[in-house]
Amino acid sequence: MRTLSGLAGAAIVALLLVLAVIGPPIWGDRAELIDPVAALQGASAAHPLGTDNLGRDILARMLVATRFSLLLALLAAAIGAAIGVVLGTLPSVLPRRPGRLVSGVVNALVAFPGLLLAMFTAVVAGLGARGAVLGIGVAVAPGFARLTQTLAASVAGADYVAAARLLGVSRTRIVTRHVLPNIAEPLILNLTTMIGGSLLGLAGMSFLGLGVQPPSYDWGRLLFDGFGRIYVSPIVALGPALMVVVAGVGFNLVGEALARTASRSAVHGAAPAVPPRPAAGEDDERRDTEAVLEVRDLTVTFPGDVTPVRDVSLTVGPGEIVGVVGESGSGKSLTAYAVGGLVPYPGVVGGGPVLLCGQDVHALPEGERRKVLGTSLAMVFQDPMASLNPALKVGGQLAEVATVHQRATRADAWRRAVDRLGHVRITDPARRARQHPHEFSGGMRQRAVIAMGLMGTPRLIIADEPTTGLDVTVQGEILRLLREVTEETSAATLFISHDIAVVGSLCDRVVVMYAGRVVEELPADRLGAAAHPYTRALVSSVPDMATDRSQPLASIPGRQPTPAEVGEGCAFAGRCPLATSRCTAERPPLEEHGKAHRVACWEVS
Amino acid sequence: MLVLRRVARFAAGLAALMLATFAMIHLIPGDPVRAALGPAAPAELVATRTAALGLDKPLPEQFATYLKGVVSGDFGTSFLTGEPVGQIIADRLPNTLTLAVLATLAALLVAVPLGLWAAIRTENGRHRGTEIGFTSGTGAAVAVPEFLYSIALVVVFAITLGWFPPAGKEGPLSYVLPVAALAIGPAALVARLVRVETMRELGMDYVRLARAKRLPAAMVNLRHVLPNALTATLTTGGLLLGGLIAGSVLVEYVFAWPGLGMRMTEAITQKDFPVAQGVILVYGAIVLIVNLAVDLLLGLLDPKSTLKES
Repeated sequence: MRTLSGLAGAAIVALLLVLAVIGPPIWGDRAELIDPVAALQGASAAHPLGTDNLGRDILARMLVATRFSLLLALLAAAIGAAIGVVLGTLPSVLPRRPGRLVSGVVNALVAFPGLLLAMFTAVVAGLGARGAVLGIGVAVAPGFARLTQTLAASVAGADYVAAARLLGVSRTRIVTRHVLPNIAEPLILNLTTMIGGSLLGLAGMSFLGLGVQPPSYDWGRLLFDGFGRIYVSPIVALGPALMVVVAGVGFNLVGEALARTASRSAVHGAAPAVPPRPAAGEDDERRDTEAVLEVRDLTVTFPGDVTPVRDVSLTVGPGEIVGVVGESGSGKSLTAYAVGGLVPYPGVVGGGPVLLCGQDVHALPEGERRKVLGTSLAMVFQDPMASLNPALKVGGQLAEVATVHQRATRADAWRRAVDRLGHVRITDPARRARQHPHEFSGGMRQRAVIAMGLMGTPRLIIADEPTTGLDVTVQGEILRLLREVTEETSAATLFISHDIAVVGSLCDRVVVMYAGRVVEELPADRLGAAAHPYTRALVSSVPDMATDRSQPLASIPGRQPTPAEVGEGCAFAGRCPLATSRCTAERPPLEEHGKAHRVACWEVS
Repeated sequence: MLVLRRVARFAAGLAALMLATFAMIHLIPGDPVRAALGPAAPAELVATRTAALGLDKPLPEQFATYLKGVVSGDFGTSFLTGEPVGQIIADRLPNTLTLAVLATLAALLVAVPLGLWAAIRTENGRHRGTEIGFTSGTGAAVAVPEFLYSIALVVVFAITLGWFPPAGKEGPLSYVLPVAALAIGPAALVARLVRVETMRELGMDYVRLARAKRLPAAMVNLRHVLPNALTATLTTGGLLLGGLIAGSVLVEYVFAWPGLGMRMTEAITQKDFPVAQGVILVYGAIVLIVNLAVDLLLGLLDPKSTLKES
């Protein structure tokens, strides 16, 4: 579909090139044939687009003018490209200060409308094709200069340029030998768009009477001649106008298509097959009435039959913090988002019910679900810089929860926001609430996000790597705050982390995920006695005071399979020192392994 | 700090512009007065004119006179009509500005909702059809220059349907077609920008958090996403307004709009250099002022950018 426009553009451009070649020899005579009897006619069978004041056929003139119009556009684009490349590479050749001056001038000129530059140049160079071509050339040059400059700067950092510089190659030689050849391709691709722009610019100049002068004519000049008669016979102006539009759009489409081929994007797969979600009632006997959060056999599927989360079951009690650990891509964050109903499109959540305080949240009607999740779910993300809206005051971002879900007045909501900010130990909360996020430190922002979750009555707190972006000292504060908040609200907290040391110190229980499945679940204080080889490898990869520093830190060889690569057997088998043939053939179920401890491994259970 | 630096940049631009417009007359090959009066004009007339314009004085003195004149609003007099250029500008400028401001408003009113809608509808690769339609539609709309829109609008709505006057500035109806012709291209471009910027913002954590708070979709989009998407759009939007002012030259020509652009075209074709010089200076200055205003507005809207700069 996307290349369709590119093909259409290519067809138009090809047709124009053919016209430019064959036009003058075929219709040249007809275009010059003066016939006073037929002067100033509208459309007729003999003259489909009418005739001009000398009775010449406008259609023929329009076709013949293709060559001249394209030629002028090419010339203007060439002038623009030449000036642009020189201006664009000067900053990398010149010494620092003059170089910066040149790039400053280029930036100023880019912000200046091309038509004004063109008119200025045309005044100086005089009316006529020469002045117009020069003018449009000057007008399109700054944009090209900026492009060259950006591209040159991106190449200047490359290793081969650095190497050449170390070898003492002169700046000029670096530019001509190393930089220009490497940026030539994108520059040439952009030339197409520039030719289109020049074509339109020249048509505009000629249309104003500032470009091509009689007896020469291009499309713009035909438009100029026809425009005076537009009330009598619009066709004499519409013909050339349409030609200019088609040519302009054609070059533009080709330019865009060329730019796209330079940066191909990924393709989309087929829609996923969604496993049906059984109603809550079917699993009643398995329901733990004590639990705040209960999830059974949760699955997340993406198009192309990719399943990054498979059959994950979780139970979290009131005031309990459950750590979900695993490497990147293990599905731990996606599990939490599925629980919160935040899986991004086109992901689809399937499997058993998600019970929050015994209520199947996803089975609730839309309005009800909004309210339940809006007030009882608190989220804390990894990057506190990004999770607060930079354009809004911190207090306002907290207060909106109360105004939307609890129908509080603005004043009440604001008071509660200030109170909550104070609650997470932000000093001078009334003043802080009126500030924007950029005035907060990283730790303060994260506390403000937690305070946002406390605006309602959180039943479930999902903290996705909430301390990864923070200093170690601030980390401790945030972890303590999470612990306090969990206990105070009796919420269930899912703490997602790849850092098993942090999880071990903060959490009550730990769920270890690998390639989309839970491989082990155990109390945090028993991490030292973990059974699954993957968990053991994770634990032993954490250095402590007793670690022998002369030995390299333990790491797990190999890599985690992607969701698409997961086969029949145990996903960890490929990296497991204990793996047998059974492990690769048959997947071990998650089974009891002592008190509150479950593990999925053939070799240890 | 930011304000000072921006103002300094503006002053440098203005100085360069004055130098360029001053140099313009001197860069013309041959004798500009002779060029304007034609080869048949007697030598004495050319000499008197040259002396009257001060073109026989040394360059530095001429530049000083030019600067003094510009500062006091004296831009010289027309070669042809003898009218003071300052008067021409004062008469014509309001008409051009009205057109440009109305077109900008019209473009924004259409483009922002359109871009926002397209971004939300096509988020994460949803609704491929809408995406293709939107990008190719706006792409084509951007590629067509404003004077061709003008001609098409005149033919369809003025000549064929007779709904609006085809030219001139008489009554509110006469504004519709020129404003539309001027606004279509920029509207398509801004709609594209708004969509791209909105898509970027939609992927940010604060949007995920706002959605996790289960705010109504309209509130997430209008209160959280839109202001951030707009600040990013504004920079390019400002460049666009400059282009729109220049584009008004062609649109004025088609609609015989009594603005500055119309007068500039006349002056250039008639080689009335003092008028061309004065009008180009004013156009350039407007563009510089608009760019400065956008910069300052950006600093005001986006508290982060001020912090970064200081």
